[in-house]
Amino acid sequence: MAPVPPADPAPRPATPPSPPWWRDRRIVPWVVQAVVGLLVLLLIAFLLGNLIRNLTAAGLLLSWRWLQQPAGFDISESVIPFNAQLPYWRALAAGLVNTIRAVLVGLVGATLLGTLVGMASFSHNGLLRRLARVYVEVVRNIPLLLQLVFWYFVVFLTLPNGLAAIQLPGVVLAKSGLYIAGFGEGLRWMGPSLVNEVWQAPLRLSVEFGALLTGLIVYSGAFIAEVVRGGIAAVPKGQWEAASSLGLSWFATLRRIVLPQSLRVIVPGLNTQYISLAKNSSLAVAVGYTDLYSVAETTLNQTGRAVEVILVLLAAYLTLDLLISALMNGLNHLVQIRER
Amino acid sequence: MNALLRRLRAELFATPADGALSVALIMLLSLGAFGFLRWALTQAQWAVVKVNSTLFAVGRYPIEQQWRLWLLTALLVAASGATWGLLRAHPRPDRTGVLWPRNDRLALVLLALIALALPSALGLTLAIQTRWWGLLLLLALCRWLAGRFGANLSSTGRRLAALVWPLLYLVGMVLISGGLGLVTVSPSEWGGLLLTLLASSFAILLCFPIGVLLALGRRSELPLLRWGSVLYIEFIRGAPLITLLFLGQNILGFLLPGGLAPERVWRAAWVLTFFAAAYLAEAVRSGLAAVPRGQLEAARSLGLSYPKALQHVVLPQALRVALPAMVGQFISLLQDTTLLSLIGLLELLGTARTVMANPAFLGRNGEVYLTLAVLFWGCCAALGLSSRALERRLDPHAVPSAT
Repeated sequence: MAPVPPADPAPRPATPPSPPWWRDRRIVPWVVQAVVGLLVLLLIAFLLGNLIRNLTAAGLLLSWRWLQQPAGFDISESVIPFNAQLPYWRALAAGLVNTIRAVLVGLVGATLLGTLVGMASFSHNGLLRRLARVYVEVVRNIPLLLQLVFWYFVVFLTLPNGLAAIQLPGVVLAKSGLYIAGFGEGLRWMGPSLVNEVWQAPLRLSVEFGALLTGLIVYSGAFIAEVVRGGIAAVPKGQWEAASSLGLSWFATLRRIVLPQSLRVIVPGLNTQYISLAKNSSLAVAVGYTDLYSVAETTLNQTGRAVEVILVLLAAYLTLDLLISALMNGLNHLVQIRER
Repeated sequence: MNALLRRLRAELFATPADGALSVALIMLLSLGAFGFLRWALTQAQWAVVKVNSTLFAVGRYPIEQQWRLWLLTALLVAASGATWGLLRAHPRPDRTGVLWPRNDRLALVLLALIALALPSALGLTLAIQTRWWGLLLLLALCRWLAGRFGANLSSTGRRLAALVWPLLYLVGMVLISGGLGLVTVSPSEWGGLLLTLLASSFAILLCFPIGVLLALGRRSELPLLRWGSVLYIEFIRGAPLITLLFLGQNILGFLLPGGLAPERVWRAAWVLTFFAAAYLAEAVRSGLAAVPRGQLEAARSLGLSYPKALQHVVLPQALRVALPAMVGQFISLLQDTTLLSLIGLLELLGTARTVMANPAFLGRNGEVYLTLAVLFWGCCAALGLSSRALERRLDPHAVPSAT
């Protein structure tokens, strides 16, 4: 029996054969990035080159001197004083203040409405629960712009004037505006009153502002209601049961036990909704409320300064978004549950 | 009967406070319903919708060319019927297949009611009413044929059948805009529902690949791709759509060499596409985040290249998770097309504005806006429903259902 020759170990190469360069994991990422970066740079250079050439041809090369020229148009309602003799930058500032006013009031209103509807979808009352669902499903599936023009042309512009106006306690809704009770001269509480067929009150809102606010609040309220509903649903069922077995009522359970715990789920969702509300406020132009976008559009039509106006618009809305985000992130830190 | 009463009692009148609330709500609701019905039946003048129904449907599309749109509608209806039937003939292997489930019968009855009642309510001529009935018959026929004989189709045949849809889109584009021997109809003559559907379908189709690429870029390990995607997505998401549309109308002409800037309608459609892509990217990103890392690693260690691993392993799972969010984006994209009316295009809302500028229909805002609201609500609700149906079909853990 011949001895079996010992198996010769296969000769192993000292290093594995290096892959070709186009499969080398150290090189490929850089090649990909270089190619993409080069393409993007070329595209930007092409667009910018065209922009500069076309703007020079039109005599509209980037300049900010027009901001100092008198605007020549009036703004029907402005928080900061404004008239047609003031420069463009004052007009844009007045528009921005109007936007911020609409956004702030809208935020508060939509949060209140959304929270109420979100809570209502956990009610014991079947009718209320279903109404909350119907409201959300109807409002979310109809474009905001359509809702805004509906509120403005169909509801607010058909309000009666004078004595026939709708009179609620402390509030009068008329075609000429919305009159709200408040502190008048000498800090005296004053309700709306009819003087010579014209309503007067310490606080008057235009119907344009009213329509914009109603539209924004009703629309955003539906989305916020969904966020709140999701947040409440995320709280374990045992919390409800424990609270009610301690004798707390439905409302007290929600207010003291469930809502505080659901806030950490709700707040990040609210952030998104608040930002979209701020952006949606730019649709004010459809109902004749002079917000930032509407002033910018008029400015562009008068000066032809397309690039500058767009830059101002984008910067303003981006700042507004970042501001809301920063505030909501701060709030988010506050409501997170602190664990050991 | 007793069970119903018991349920009513538990839902509406469990406690005295509940009962009072229910009574108040019922009274409010019936007051509202009564007021609305009185307005709709006695005060409203629906002539504004009847007279302008063609304008709302297709805008100022030339009348002698409208047969092309009817042909396209017929093709779309036939393809929908066939797809519907094929889906029922080929249920997922783990599900019991019923050729005519109850929901399908219900849907067909509903469609039949619409096709029979709507044209006569709109006061259309008999010739056009018969076309509606023909479309309904075509739908039912294709549905029946595909359901009856579709089961014999091989899997390659089914793949080819799915290709009908992209092909149909191209055919539709030619039919609408002209070319290839047809008279050209310029985009400025498109309007109404036609423009709304065209702009939204164009943007939905194109924003999908761009959005997926952006989402992949945002999760990439290569810093340049990642930061580029982040910059784009956050820039677009920070600006209101109306300012971007404004940018498209006023600056695109400066950015491109003279004469190369597309038609106003197409400019708006492209802006919508790039706008929607940023939002879609965020939806897809959430889906990608839901796929465990191990999936990609396992696929790579099996020897799949990175693109192959994405295509066959990661993306199918990620897109299934992201589906509801994506359809949500598509629904808001459909709604966002109303903004085109603010830059002077005549989609549904723009058409409505021109109609109401006509002295004959002054002050008929309520009727028109209500009609548009119903139309939009229907389209968006249909998208939402089909998304839920698709989710169920793609759900790998679904249990067989009896219906």
